[in-house]
Amino acid sequence: MDIQLRVNGKPQHSAVEPRLLLVHYLRDVLGLTGTHVGCETSICGACTVLMDGRAVKSCTVLAVQSDGADVTTIEGLAWAPEAGGALHPVQEGFWEKHGLQCGFCTPGMILSAVNLLQNNPEPTEAQIRQGIGGNLCRCTGYQHIVDAVQFAAKKMRPKAKSRK
Amino acid sequence: MAAGVGTAAPKGHIGRAMKRKEDPRLIQGLGRYVEDIALPGMVYAGIVRSPHAHAKIRSIDTSKAQTAPGVVAVLTGEDIRGAIAPVPCAIQMPDLKMALRPVLATDRVRCVGEGVAVVVGSDKYAVRDALDLIEVDYAPLPAVVDPEKAISKGASVIHSQHKDNVAYKWELEGGDLKKAFAQADKVIRQRMINQRLIPVPMETRGVVAEYRAGEKKLTVWSATQIPHLLRTQLAAMLGAPEHSVQVIAPEVGGGFGSKLNVYAEEALVAHLAMRLAKPVKWIESRRENFQATIHGRDQIVDAEVAVKNDGTLLGLRCRVIADLGAYFQLLTPLVPTLTGLMIAGCYKIPAVRVEITGVFTNKMATDAYRGAGRPEATYIIERVLDLVAAELKKDPAEVRRKNFPKPKEFPYAAPTGLVYDSADYQTSLDTALKLANYPKLRQEQDRLRKKGRYMGIGLSTYVEVCGMGPSSAMPAGGWESGTVRVEPTGKVTVLTGSSPHGQGQETTFAQIAAEMLGLDPEDVNVLHGDTTAVPYGIGTFGSRATAVGGTAMYLSLVKVRDKLSQMAGHILAEDPKKMVFEGGKVYSKSAPKKSLDFAAVVGAAYTAKTLPAGMEPGVEATTFFEPSNFVFPFGAHICVVEVDAETGDVRLQKYVAVDDCGNVINPLLVDGQIHGGIVQSVGQAMFEEAVYDEQGQLITGELMDYAIPRAADLPRIQTARTVTPSPVNPMGVKGVGEAGTIGSTPAIVNAVVDALAPFGVRHVDMPVKRERIWRLIRQAREGR
Repeated sequence: MDIQLRVNGKPQHSAVEPRLLLVHYLRDVLGLTGTHVGCETSICGACTVLMDGRAVKSCTVLAVQSDGADVTTIEGLAWAPEAGGALHPVQEGFWEKHGLQCGFCTPGMILSAVNLLQNNPEPTEAQIRQGIGGNLCRCTGYQHIVDAVQFAAKKMRPKAKSRK
Repeated sequence: MAAGVGTAAPKGHIGRAMKRKEDPRLIQGLGRYVEDIALPGMVYAGIVRSPHAHAKIRSIDTSKAQTAPGVVAVLTGEDIRGAIAPVPCAIQMPDLKMALRPVLATDRVRCVGEGVAVVVGSDKYAVRDALDLIEVDYAPLPAVVDPEKAISKGASVIHSQHKDNVAYKWELEGGDLKKAFAQADKVIRQRMINQRLIPVPMETRGVVAEYRAGEKKLTVWSATQIPHLLRTQLAAMLGAPEHSVQVIAPEVGGGFGSKLNVYAEEALVAHLAMRLAKPVKWIESRRENFQATIHGRDQIVDAEVAVKNDGTLLGLRCRVIADLGAYFQLLTPLVPTLTGLMIAGCYKIPAVRVEITGVFTNKMATDAYRGAGRPEATYIIERVLDLVAAELKKDPAEVRRKNFPKPKEFPYAAPTGLVYDSADYQTSLDTALKLANYPKLRQEQDRLRKKGRYMGIGLSTYVEVCGMGPSSAMPAGGWESGTVRVEPTGKVTVLTGSSPHGQGQETTFAQIAAEMLGLDPEDVNVLHGDTTAVPYGIGTFGSRATAVGGTAMYLSLVKVRDKLSQMAGHILAEDPKKMVFEGGKVYSKSAPKKSLDFAAVVGAAYTAKTLPAGMEPGVEATTFFEPSNFVFPFGAHICVVEVDAETGDVRLQKYVAVDDCGNVINPLLVDGQIHGGIVQSVGQAMFEEAVYDEQGQLITGELMDYAIPRAADLPRIQTARTVTPSPVNPMGVKGVGEAGTIGSTPAIVNAVVDALAPFGVRHVDMPVKRERIWRLIRQAREGR
């Protein structure tokens, strides 16, 4: 089946098998390997990407369901990737606050946090813990992830309106 | 940042909460894990696994799969007979009955998930389809699931070459146990269970292998904690010369011990790459990870403690039944013995005796999972201390205090035969009690109890053995290698045999190197995980990376600095012994204004025009560091829970962790290790349990059914540290990777039991699920 979509701002036009999962489309067809597969059952959230601005678990979305959508993966999150180093505040928060260890859950965790902050720019700690409830991390114990999201929330506050 | 010229000692980098050097790539999705590796012409492998716990294989029909679209090859155990040796076990013990896992089963399967055939295809969807076309005719046999039944009379024998299902018996005795029990005012007994757990790193296992026939070179990328040991074992399994095998551990997405192993698939995929002359990739699914990657814990213990009425511990006897599963993996039989070695915890117990029976069952192997035997020991002894306190109606803190060895008694020879390096248990407990405001917590508990609310306070004062370890105690050697190579431009490459998988050695080791050479950590690149680039090493496990691998690198840094001091002294005509390395400069303490650029000194050693007499050109040193002992981190954890008596729900309210891992290289990373360790232990205490049913089916076979902690399950953890340097290594460091996991399960369970004390509850087994707690409360209420 033919699909047309935008991935990280770039238009894509591909012929895919109907059963191809979005995560495999992103990883194997487009070579965007920052999106990870952790469980194949939409429990762990490692495969989280933004589809039309909303966090989805790309291991349980078919590529054909993304036809016409605007998909953002971790590779497209930085504010100006071409400029090299202009990290998104959530990425910056994860770095500043040691919000990752092995890094495997990190791309999905970051995109869930971005989604959370879009919906709730000033979350309480409890809201952050609930908000990343669909993402599992086995290394950090989550506390530094919470700190990272708080860091990002603080940093994004004056700019929250200017982001899409 | 870097200390300026003129400061006495460069104290800039060690001890600093530096952001990690690893992170920029990982937060941008640029890390390269095994699954991210794509090679031209690569094919994919998938494995047909046994759905039975115990069965004879009558026949395997692969014909439909052979002709399925996209299929390149289908192989069974018969097809690889003689080509690949079984999965190795490194442990030797007297009278140990071996049970090695075949790479693919041929006549019999002994646990769910055992591989029986492999399909290779040009695309992973084609492989997935073809797996369903393979028909295996099994004749099911009775499954042996309960380890106590496994060693009772009449149990079906899992390995016919052995007479029963007892894999080994192991005993340890220290002190006069008979006398201890004869002198006791009280003897307290309790059965406790450390349930079977599943490690669940977020990245499953995965292997990519490529064979380049022209060079006769096999390269294997594997998500492993031990690339060098894996290379040696793969060479042996495949009958390949070791110098033709390269193992690369790329970015590894967590291990927790589950990747401290050698697995059937690593050898199988390597064999396929050679046999098919194509690069082959195999990525474990999460379901396979649950079934076919090692499990942890799974011990039943009957503990008896002899005490005096004042709380003095006299003796401890433990009988342990350890469920080893069907086959040994690399360290399977060893793990329970670590429980024996640490059974006395941080207490002066004059006499101990531990009897361990290792048992075969039709389950996946148990092996080293974060803590490996020590969480079990800590759980037992810390529960015992609370049982003693409850029995004698004393405060748990008081009973602990009474039995600590004093700081001046270190090095302290425990009755188990280990010599603990250094500690101040009293101070860490006092720090935790103060931080938690313990007296106030007890008042609050009283107040709430009067209102019918059940708050519990749990203590754990732990010691663990890590920095694994002296080679005398380690099957494959316990040393580590560290190479420091200063490149001609003054940039530094460190090669470490410690192969990290989230611990952050690229940062902490760069901090140490930068401090020693007066550079910025950005000037230091830490390489690891590639057996061709890095001198032989042992790997990252047993909280050994900094204490052993870091020390190896430190000693190489000393050698390099000495050489560069000679070089600088030669150029400056100053005493080499007075050289200071600081801010990218080298100068003499006697003439600080006459400084040289670090890079210029290094450059002079490479251009080698005017070397001091007898000096070799180049700037590189390698050290193989053999530690003289383990190191023994310790700490005190306090947990506060509230139990809902109507629903049995346990909520963690507060968690205070005071840990002592000796000198700290990076406090941010130490906190991260502690948090993660504690939360992994929250998993064991509250949620996690690998359940096999009576037929040996793994009921908790997915993340749907096996609950690991989520962010909202946890309170904010308060951490603090005391610092008692280790005398075992020059940096005075201990380990911290497992401490949180080792210290915290008993704190949580002790808190739950404390909360339930008004119901007369003296013990509850893990995990403290609602149903279990609700039943206990209900039984107590109905009994009244």
